[in-house]
Amino acid sequence: MNIHTIANHLNDLCDKSHTGLQFDCYPIDGEVEVLQVNIVGREEIPVFVSVTENQVLCISYLWGEDEVNQDRRLAMFETMLELNIPMPLSSFAKIDDKYVIYGALSVQSDMQEIEQELSVLSDNCLEVIDEMVEYLK
Amino acid sequence: MGILNKILTAFRGGATEVGQGIVDANSTRIFEQEIRDAENHLTKAKRELTDVMAKEMQASREVDRLKRSISEHEGYATQALEKENEALAMEVAEKISQLDQELAEQEAANANFTAHATRLKDLVRKTERQLTDYQRQLSMVKTTESVQKATASITDSFAGSSSKLLNAKDSLERIKARQQQFDDRLVAAEQLADENSDKSLHDKLAEAGIGEQKSNANAVLDRLKARK
Repeated sequence: MNIHTIANHLNDLCDKSHTGLQFDCYPIDGEVEVLQVNIVGREEIPVFVSVTENQVLCISYLWGEDEVNQDRRLAMFETMLELNIPMPLSSFAKIDDKYVIYGALSVQSDMQEIEQELSVLSDNCLEVIDEMVEYLK
Repeated sequence: MGILNKILTAFRGGATEVGQGIVDANSTRIFEQEIRDAENHLTKAKRELTDVMAKEMQASREVDRLKRSISEHEGYATQALEKENEALAMEVAEKISQLDQELAEQEAANANFTAHATRLKDLVRKTERQLTDYQRQLSMVKTTESVQKATASITDSFAGSSSKLLNAKDSLERIKARQQQFDDRLVAAEQLADENSDKSLHDKLAEAGIGEQKSNANAVLDRLKARK
């Protein structure tokens, strides 16, 4: 399992997608290879996939620290903690100065599970931003 | 819990810039070496354990054999005494004494092997536990580093291209607008399809002279005449 097998699978899906979403994948070069997965119609919020020794990490950026209304920061944290369990398959996290949601899968996962993960992550992302926009500037 | 603390310290210390590891590469290598060492210890301990357990079984079989032999010879000695053959009974008694000594030695050896096996089993359990913990910690370090490097790749990629990560509100609004436009188009297309089917039905009715008729010159003339 590496990002290229995932990319090939997703790019070949076309109308055969199990999730009703269409994916466009672009590998990003670097010390760790990352796959940028654009979902058609939602290109502004891509999902980034990287594969480590034992897990497949799918990450979507929500917003930066600079977008947070600092007076509501604590309330935002509480909401994130409260939503963490109910939100299916994804969890909140922070990387550097960016808030993200992410999902981690075993490298033994099959492609349909990865497809499902990406779809749910993208749906969660839109919903989270919609619901939590009150904490942003 | 050392590793979580190291990761957090590194974050707080701002060691999140590109190229700066959470735990420097050298420490990671040392850590990996420690894991390999622990794995080697484990293999060695397991091999030794098998050996000791085999010896333990052997000693235990020998203890059984000696016990059987002693009771057998005790029988012989009794029989010799019954036949008042004191000399033979004495000879057997000497043999029994020799067997007793051997039994004591074997039992001591057996106890020793059992204790050794118990110690080795403890060691194996401890090493396995430690190994799992080392692997968990290494996986945490590696995942953290991998995410950092991946983030660096993503940031570089976006910095180098015309596209950029928009802020959350704008992104959502654009996506919603696009979705709305798509929905609107869908609705418009449906309406158009409805109108077209209405129109064709209307035409057919008109042709058949049913429903509202088109006004024509004759009809106008008739209407004017009727006003007189």
